[in-house]
Amino acid sequence: MSITLKVNGSTHTVDVDPSTPLLYVLRNDIGLQGPRFGCGLGQCGACTVIINGNATRSCVTPCSAVKSEVTTLEGIAKSGKLHPLQQAWIDEQVPQCGFCQNGQIMTAKAMLDKNPHPTDAQIREGMNRTLCRCMTYYRVQAAIKRGAKMIADAGTAEKEVVA
Amino acid sequence: MKSITNVQIENELQKSALTPSRRNFLKTAGFLAVGIAASNADEIVPSASAQARSGPYIDPDYHQLDSWVVIHQDGTATFYVGKTDCGQGTGTSFRQLMSDELDIAYDKTTCIMGSTDITVDQGGSGGSTAMERDAWPMRRAAAEARRVLLDMGANELGVTVNQVAVSDGVISVKADPARKVTYGQLIGGKKFNVTLTGKDINAATGAAPVKPVQEHKIVGKSPQRYDIPAKVDGSLKWAVDVKLPGMVHARNVKPPVAGAKLVSIDESSVNKLPGFVKVVSKGNYVAVVCEREEQAIKAAKALKANWEKPATAPFPKSDDLFTFMRAATPTSTAKPILVGNPDTAFAGAAKVIEADYDIPFQGHTAISGAHATADPSNGQMTIYSNDMKSYGMRRGVATFLGIPQEQVRVVWMEGPQGYGRTAADDAGCEAAYIAKEIGRPVRMQWMRDEETAWDSKAPAFAVKVRGGLDAAGNLLALDYHAISADYNHLGYNEPDSVLIAQLMGVRRNPVPAGSSATPSEMYAIPHRRMAASVVSLPLIWETPVRTGNLRDPNGPQSTFAAESFIDELAAAANADPYEFRMKMLTASTTEDATFRRARSIACLKAVADLYGWDRRPSPKARATGDIATGRGLAYTFRNNTVVAQVAEVEVNRRTGHVWVKRLACAHDCGLVVNPESLRHTIECAMLHSLSRTLHEECQFDGAKTTGVDWITHPTLTHADTPEKIDVVLVNGDPNPNRPDLAPYGGGETACKPLLAAVANAIYDATGVRLRRVPFRAPRVLAALQTAKA
Ligand code: FES
Ligand code: FES
Repeated sequence: MSITLKVNGSTHTVDVDPSTPLLYVLRNDIGLQGPRFGCGLGQCGACTVIINGNATRSCVTPCSAVKSEVTTLEGIAKSGKLHPLQQAWIDEQVPQCGFCQNGQIMTAKAMLDKNPHPTDAQIREGMNRTLCRCMTYYRVQAAIKRGAKMIADAGTAEKEVVA
Repeated sequence: MKSITNVQIENELQKSALTPSRRNFLKTAGFLAVGIAASNADEIVPSASAQARSGPYIDPDYHQLDSWVVIHQDGTATFYVGKTDCGQGTGTSFRQLMSDELDIAYDKTTCIMGSTDITVDQGGSGGSTAMERDAWPMRRAAAEARRVLLDMGANELGVTVNQVAVSDGVISVKADPARKVTYGQLIGGKKFNVTLTGKDINAATGAAPVKPVQEHKIVGKSPQRYDIPAKVDGSLKWAVDVKLPGMVHARNVKPPVAGAKLVSIDESSVNKLPGFVKVVSKGNYVAVVCEREEQAIKAAKALKANWEKPATAPFPKSDDLFTFMRAATPTSTAKPILVGNPDTAFAGAAKVIEADYDIPFQGHTAISGAHATADPSNGQMTIYSNDMKSYGMRRGVATFLGIPQEQVRVVWMEGPQGYGRTAADDAGCEAAYIAKEIGRPVRMQWMRDEETAWDSKAPAFAVKVRGGLDAAGNLLALDYHAISADYNHLGYNEPDSVLIAQLMGVRRNPVPAGSSATPSEMYAIPHRRMAASVVSLPLIWETPVRTGNLRDPNGPQSTFAAESFIDELAAAANADPYEFRMKMLTASTTEDATFRRARSIACLKAVADLYGWDRRPSPKARATGDIATGRGLAYTFRNNTVVAQVAEVEVNRRTGHVWVKRLACAHDCGLVVNPESLRHTIECAMLHSLSRTLHEECQFDGAKTTGVDWITHPTLTHADTPEKIDVVLVNGDPNPNRPDLAPYGGGETACKPLLAAVANAIYDATGVRLRRVPFRAPRVLAALQTAKA
């Protein structure tokens, strides 16, 4: 069956079984490697993409059920500039192996897009189902706070320019 | 210059057509000048598609300086090292060390790791040996390159070598700095053709000495890890991302219960499914191959097969494990370490206490399933893998397949954490076997349930400890006996013990004895007996409860028992846990070669200061309310690295939930190459052990492992994360005039004391002693209620 998906601004048509999880289409047909297989069960977050502003686990999302644009880790940098969270991740030197970090970053982005100033408790709660087996949680949380501040500062700067 | 990694280079090779500018880039990046057989290097560009780097794959010669260091015309350098990185940033540290020895700016260098045909065989990773052992030949090779370049430069400038200076790859005449020549001008794109000496790779050396610590420029600083940007922008190609023309996907079908025998396969259950390629089976090994990944996943689930259950139970239920272990006849017992006369001392002791500690099997359970992609093109076999021991995988696969080693290469690429003997070893042989069978590139990946259920486990430990105090509360005698369930411990990439070989009926002979462990501390205890035995589970082959190295294989278990018990003794003596330990460390003045006693004292002091330790006996006076707080201390060493840690906990008396709110760690591993990346590694090592302390247990019924996902096998989460983690890097060298000690291992020691630190903190908070790991809420609650009753 032919399925059309809009991913990171471009449109792709793929011929796959409609029940195929979005993850495999993104990775194997569209050639994106940000989302990764961790569990295939919706339990870890390694496969996270953003759809309609929601962090979505692509391993349990049939590709035929996707009606809106999909954003992956590759799609959050803008005009060659890393997303502030990605920069915060580098500043805090978050990853160990890095395998889970797609899920950490994308889940954090969806969280901050909805709630730009989360409390520590909200960060713990919002990130809680996004697992890391290298246990980089402490730095992930620090990077989220740093990224939130960078986004807020950039917003303030923009407003000043407009004013 | 843009930093590149070997993965990126390999990616370039995988592009079917290289543009001329990419070729130039590769050339300037020095890839073509790599110190391997010229014929091999020459082939790289013309055949730059993924499977076309045809063999034979000749071992790079560690006696050739060109195998380690390549200088390019633009004055940049590439270092080739036989190591891999499990996520601790070792590549960055190698670059720092080698840059300093070579006298070149760090950002003009790159490091290529762990691909068997282009980097020398240093064994990959393991044993926290990156800095302690394997960085030495790298440093000496870089120092030798500098020496040779200085000779060449002096010659070029028409002066003697004493008359030149070098800085950042530029050699100049001391008396007339305008007269200069660069490394790139001297040797860019050409070979050194210098032979190193040394009876083995660890001893490889040229004539040049390495620099004294005082002359280091970038060593001791914290450049950011070069591998991180590509891990956060999505551009890194991981081992899971390898795609090759004609590649198919394979999934295993594991026996439904341990020790089951395959009777028959009903191929008609899958052979009409879309994309079906083949069922590959031999003995009890079964895999399904399909064109697409999701097809292979579906087909592996759909395959109907008849399995015969074993006549006897493969193992006890995990709830009965420790009873079983204590009753079992050991398969081996090491000769006990005996100091003084413990029996007499116990007879005369004022107080004797005794305790049993239980630590279950705990797995690697990587964030992703084990995987590998194997390419059988051109009659050779290339395996793309994140296995930390790529060289061992090459040997293992060659033997397993019965093909010459020269036909096999392993390209190491990044992957989920590899703390020891992971199932990446197994997946490598599986991918290679299937690729050879069907003659097409094969991508194998384990599913979540396989990874959690079948990955190798750290051995379970049942430990009994007895201690005798004199009337003044001094520890007179200690009797420690650890039993580990570690018989038939897996080695790395062994062709006769990887899971596929076992399932095909291969049996390693003799069966590996396994190991147990005694405590690592410098306490002066006048009388002691330290014994360690190994026992076996009923089933030792084709079993998901199989043991292999996990990040300090026995250390977390033995240190949990040892340092919990020291705390119990301190409480029995009504002494402050810090002072009780310190008294035993300072009671002797004897030292070993790496000053571990002095460094133990320094670490213990440092962690007490860092945390703000309040000196008083445990437990703390009981406060009212649901939340009880407390702090616990533990200390140990591993080889030459010393660590002391404090955990602060909040225990919810109503629910049994434990939150470790704060962690502090003092860590002395000698010379520190990159303090920030070491700190991060220590933080994560502590949290890894915290996960083992609070959550992790490989559980099984009498037939199979029952942990198959993140619900049935929980792990640490964001909510469990401490509010504050402090790490202090200690130099406890008792000689203040020595610039520094050598670098010791940094990866594993921090995993060891944490379980005991948390148990001791829970005791401090509640007065209840937990002796069985993990401390999941129901177990803690039950212990609290028993104590109350
Ligand atoms: S891979 Fe999708 S949630 Fe784990
Ligand atoms: S960084 Fe390795 S799993 Fe998260």
